[in-house]
Amino acid sequence: MDSVISIAGLAKSYGHTLALDGLDLVVRKGEVHGFLGPNGAGKTTTIRILLGLIRADAGQASLLGGDPWNDATALHRRLAYVPGDVTLWPSLTGGEVIDLLGRLRGGLDLAKKHVLLERFDLDPTKKGRTYSKGNRQKVALVAALSSNVELLILDEPTAGLDPLMEAEFRSCINEDRHDGKTVLLASHILAEVEALCDRVSIVRAGKTVESGTLADLRHLTRTTISAELESPPTGIAELEGVHDFQIQGRRVDFEVESDRLGSVLRHLAALSVTSIVSHPPTLEELFIRHYRDGEAS
Amino acid sequence: MKGLVGTVPLIRLILRRERLRLSIWLLVLTLIPVQTANAFKALYPTEASRELLVNTVGANPAFAALLGPIFGTSIGAVTAWRVGVIGTLLVGLMAVLTVIRHTREEEETGRRELLGATVVGRHAPLTAALLVTVGAGLVLGLMLTGGFVGVGLDTGGSVAFGLGFAATALAFTAVAAVAVQLTEGAGAARGIAVATVGAAFVLRMLGDGGGVPWASWLSPIGWFTQLRSFANTGERWWVLLLPMGLAVILGSVGYLLSARRDVGAGALAPRPGPAQAASTLGSPFGLAVRLQRGGLLAWSLGLAVLGVVYGSVGDSIGDLLTDSPQLSEIFELLGGEQGITDAYFAAAMAILATIASAYTIRAALRLRVEEEGQLCEPVLATAVPRRKWAWSHLLFALAGPVLILAIAGLGAGVTYGAIVGDVAGEMPGVLGAALIQVPAVWVVAGVAAALYGLAPRFTSMSWGVLVACLVFGQLGEILQFPQWLLNLSPFTHIPDLPAAGFTVAPLLWLAAIAALLLFAGLSGFQRRDIG
Repeated sequence: MDSVISIAGLAKSYGHTLALDGLDLVVRKGEVHGFLGPNGAGKTTTIRILLGLIRADAGQASLLGGDPWNDATALHRRLAYVPGDVTLWPSLTGGEVIDLLGRLRGGLDLAKKHVLLERFDLDPTKKGRTYSKGNRQKVALVAALSSNVELLILDEPTAGLDPLMEAEFRSCINEDRHDGKTVLLASHILAEVEALCDRVSIVRAGKTVESGTLADLRHLTRTTISAELESPPTGIAELEGVHDFQIQGRRVDFEVESDRLGSVLRHLAALSVTSIVSHPPTLEELFIRHYRDGEAS
Repeated sequence: MKGLVGTVPLIRLILRRERLRLSIWLLVLTLIPVQTANAFKALYPTEASRELLVNTVGANPAFAALLGPIFGTSIGAVTAWRVGVIGTLLVGLMAVLTVIRHTREEEETGRRELLGATVVGRHAPLTAALLVTVGAGLVLGLMLTGGFVGVGLDTGGSVAFGLGFAATALAFTAVAAVAVQLTEGAGAARGIAVATVGAAFVLRMLGDGGGVPWASWLSPIGWFTQLRSFANTGERWWVLLLPMGLAVILGSVGYLLSARRDVGAGALAPRPGPAQAASTLGSPFGLAVRLQRGGLLAWSLGLAVLGVVYGSVGDSIGDLLTDSPQLSEIFELLGGEQGITDAYFAAAMAILATIASAYTIRAALRLRVEEEGQLCEPVLATAVPRRKWAWSHLLFALAGPVLILAIAGLGAGVTYGAIVGDVAGEMPGVLGAALIQVPAVWVVAGVAAALYGLAPRFTSMSWGVLVACLVFGQLGEILQFPQWLLNLSPFTHIPDLPAAGFTVAPLLWLAAIAALLLFAGLSGFQRRDIG
């Protein structure tokens, strides 16, 4: 059993709104998997199906080797979940909510809880209604991270956290990865996904449009190059795979398709490069390109 | 006036959100009195027949406690007596619930902040909510006056009745204006305000039938009675100044408190709580206990008080016979003094059962509240099966009314027994009359559970079911509803203990129907999407 989550052709509609339209997703054991997509792409709907809260109209979904709907209770012992929009019972304190959710899951690691409360600088004695958004988020995070489970399902878990807490969250996830946990991280904070994730799936309008390691995905895109040359920059624009070519005196800026990078660099070398800066494609560019393409089609 | 900028658009927003709910309130609160007047025209067509009614039922302190005194023999006077108290009670509930929904609830959900950041003055949200509610009261008054004049009642009395209802709405709106300033939670504010409405009802009851006449003057519901609309001796218009004065005072207090506090904060400061959950808070049931215990306690206390009040009035029922010997012959047919007292307790317990049903619906609807507030999602994402989670709250909907009715029945039975000097003899009968209502209340719980499981978006229709039962039970016979319609209410089928004999069959049927509805609701919930 290599994959912890495996979804194929998942479909779900609410009335006339199509939320999922044949979504595929495979999360392998031990990886941190980024689940990327714009608002309303179907990330939360997918997670809710995985949690057995809603039923899919079509398609297969398997979670930890079981059926998310029929085996919900048994599977939930082995996972922890942080919802995207954390609400707390107004009259319960944060500490009570953390203990309650842990016990309902079948037990929590008290030592770990205390460490996490410290690390996230959370006051557990405040009532639910008095927490800020970021602090509500922390309550849900501590509740999920202080459990000894195989799988973490996190729906935009850092929304509302300050940068220090975000850094703390990243180191927590890295530790959990080290411990062999699997993480499904739905997000649209690209820096976070780039920093944490081994593999990414990008969804748009209820469909998976791209899936693979960051290196795989980068391969499909373009590297940006800025260079200053001694010789007049001739012939570059005509090379295969070069786009957006701009020239200012001896300085050139352009983008090149990743699989043409070698031939373009050989051409540049012949023109005596005095300085060169190249950016690998950021996930952001990847992301934007996919969505633009989607809108255009 | 800067604090009021934006009031007008906020009023529009509230009216948009309230268009259905307030319309239903106003329609029901108009139709019931007007239809009752119509029915009385047919039931008691002659002055003599109404005089008999006034001299018998109207002169009895027990009925005065239940419904208030009668001040005349006209159709209007009899109508005002029959629907005035229950009508103003409902008007009070309408007023406080509407104000809280658009003030404290908006703050608790954070929507108030969204608005507060736009061009909206500090006092605009409170003002808009108060104006809409007071406006609804005035519209109700106009509709009632128009309706009464339309069915041919005296104009002066119709205006007094309409103004009386409008003034009650005004007074309770002001009560809510203070209540919403006190606590951070909408639930607690609702508790304070509804308890105040209940206290007004109890004070009026003690004043009119409990031998402490001044108590009525402490109650906005009592003020409506004291207005004496349609009275033979003429209306006492000056009484209208009382609710207006109360509104000015409480309104000012409300605005003062509102100006001194922060958005979202209450006048009563929140205290920090435990950093760790108690060992009992580790199961769905433990969570349900935490969420439901306050409500159960408050409702038990409220109904205990009401039970004691009903019990303390019971003895005066018999006075009717000693006062009017010519009538004792008629009542002998009903079983003599004991028979009338028993009939009174059967009627009183039916009213308590309707109130217990309101608790039951609230307890069952907690499921929907948790789901809509996205609070059931984190619980169901743990190893808690759906069925277990649903039962944790339904248990309160089923066992809660048993406890509440037992306490209310004990309160009434012990009080009545102590007054007549025979607790051991009287208490079991009254307690039985309370507990026999339980299967009917369970049917109401079943309806709420079935709606929740099968048609979650219509869960709040359960309140409509309760209102229907209330109208059928309290007014169905006067309004001359056909029997098949009355039979739809589970309360119709409860034996009138202690007046009538005990039969077990209808109770078993009701329990079976309740079980069926619960089962349907639970299996629907097992299958449907959450959220």
